Amino acid sequence: MSQSIDTGKRRFLTAAASVVGGAGAAAVAVPFVSSMLPSAKAEAAGAPVEVDISKLEMGQLLTVEWRGKPVWIFRRSPEVLLNLETIEEELRDPESQVESQQPEYCQNETRSIREELMVLVGICTHLGCSPTYRPDLAPSDLGPDWVGGFFCPCHGSRFDLAGRVFEGVPAPINLQVPPYHFQGDNLVVVGEHAQGAA
Amino acid sequence: MSSFMNWLDARFPASKMWKEHLSEYYAPKNFNFWYFFGSLALLVLVLQIVTGIFLTMNYKPDADLAFASVEYIMRDVQWGWLIRYMHSTGASAFFVVVYLHMFRGLIYGSYKQPRELVWIFGMLIYLTLMAEAFMGYLLPWGQMSYWGAQVIISLFGAIPVVGEQLALWIRGDFVVADATLNRFFAFHVIALPLVLLGLVVAHIIALHEVGSNNPDGVEIKKNKDASGKPVDGIPFHPYYTVKDIVGVVVFLFIFALVLFYAPEGGGWFLEKDNFVPADPLKTPEHIVPLWYFTPFYAILRAVPDKLMGVLAMGGAIVFLFLLPWLDRSPVKSIRYRGPYFKIALVLFIISFLALGYLGTQPATAIYTMAARVFSVIYFAFFIFMPIYTKLDKDKPVPERVTFQ
Repeated sequence: MSQSIDTGKRRFLTAAASVVGGAGAAAVAVPFVSSMLPSAKAEAAGAPVEVDISKLEMGQLLTVEWRGKPVWIFRRSPEVLLNLETIEEELRDPESQVESQQPEYCQNETRSIREELMVLVGICTHLGCSPTYRPDLAPSDLGPDWVGGFFCPCHGSRFDLAGRVFEGVPAPINLQVPPYHFQGDNLVVVGEHAQGAA
Repeated sequence: MSSFMNWLDARFPASKMWKEHLSEYYAPKNFNFWYFFGSLALLVLVLQIVTGIFLTMNYKPDADLAFASVEYIMRDVQWGWLIRYMHSTGASAFFVVVYLHMFRGLIYGSYKQPRELVWIFGMLIYLTLMAEAFMGYLLPWGQMSYWGAQVIISLFGAIPVVGEQLALWIRGDFVVADATLNRFFAFHVIALPLVLLGLVVAHIIALHEVGSNNPDGVEIKKNKDASGKPVDGIPFHPYYTVKDIVGVVVFLFIFALVLFYAPEGGGWFLEKDNFVPADPLKTPEHIVPLWYFTPFYAILRAVPDKLMGVLAMGGAIVFLFLLPWLDRSPVKSIRYRGPYFKIALVLFIISFLALGYLGTQPATAIYTMAARVFSVIYFAFFIFMPIYTKLDKDKPVPERVTFQ
């Protein structure tokens, strides 16, 4: 047995043991970190919701729950649809270029399948509050240019009645249009594309 | 008794620690009113831990049961209302005390060399405290709990690329839900209190290593007598322990007044909307964080861009961490500072308070504009600090502390 100490060998072994131990600790972290992701049960929730719209009147807004989020369904009058065009210059993304915010079949001027009927996820794209439906014209708190839309009470973001975001507000993109389709005249199925549609 | 102490000291450094941190820890003899708040923060921490333990005996961290279990504590548990109000009032008291403690550091330059780490540990305590308060506020599962959590967690979603995934990971569901409540409970009652205690120990050990600052900003360790004790120092115990007891009595007097006569603090300590159970489909008309977050909330709202707003809010706190290195003045205490720093500090305090007020108000055009102006002043205080503290006409600092 040698009396001299090989410090190089010691340093190598210490470093090697530290690396292996560190890799082991990192590997053990994976299950703990993953356990905080949505569980299988949470992933599976979110079945489509069927909504009867036969009694929905012009201008009326109905809120239903889909995947724990509020989804708005409301009827728009011809005047409202006309206004959608006149305010385009004040909007950040009037042509709905951000693809994640609507299915392909709703990437049009009115962001809808049927012009008069609008379906939107009622969650502000800024920080997740639910904006308030303000169809009234030129109310005192929103200014004389207001032609109806959604106002987020949390941080003042504004959207038009197609869920398109205005310039100069904190919300970066348009409100999301969920996948949906119609079954017959009076039934909307929220959370599911029509068969064959993208 | 002494033979028992000998037995103990041979096995555990009880007497040694007592001397190091109390009976032979020499603190400057010129402490004033502003030096009450460190020990008071410790008192409130103990109060929160004790009341918290008793609340967990009856609280249920379940989205279906949480709201009712808090009402059960308030109505049916014997003395439950008192324990709950002590805890909720204690949270606000904690921030009152901590803000005053931080203000003390600001005016007397207690963050400056050699106390940078004392300041950093303190800032980490402040951050942990904010996380602790935020997670605790979700637990009653009221409207404000729910939507406050929704907004704050969404802040993480603003981070490019990984943000949305990160927010999802924090929530454990696609919206704030039972999974979120359950994990916030775990963080609030176990994880963060452990971190908090560790940081408090580090804060005090670092402080006792370098020694306390004082209202004159004079280093008392530079002037020692023959036995090695600072000439201007007095043992922490009994001198300051007794002084702090006076502070404790006055504090508890005020605390009890709030606790018994205004436990909701007029909607400032417990918001009105939080007496309505959480409704994931409807945001309250006017959503406000609790008062101690409002200055940062106002900065967030002032910026008309999601990512920049979040960065500005984060930056407002990061700058506080950098204070020891931004301040280039050789003088610590405001007593011997020149006019530039004094003016800057007054403007900063005004902006901080104004932002705090604006954060509680609706986001109207005028208020948003005001919030922008005050945000600019807030940041200017830090950004220009290296310049104005260097150019400042400081006064000569005395050799020894002033004391009447």
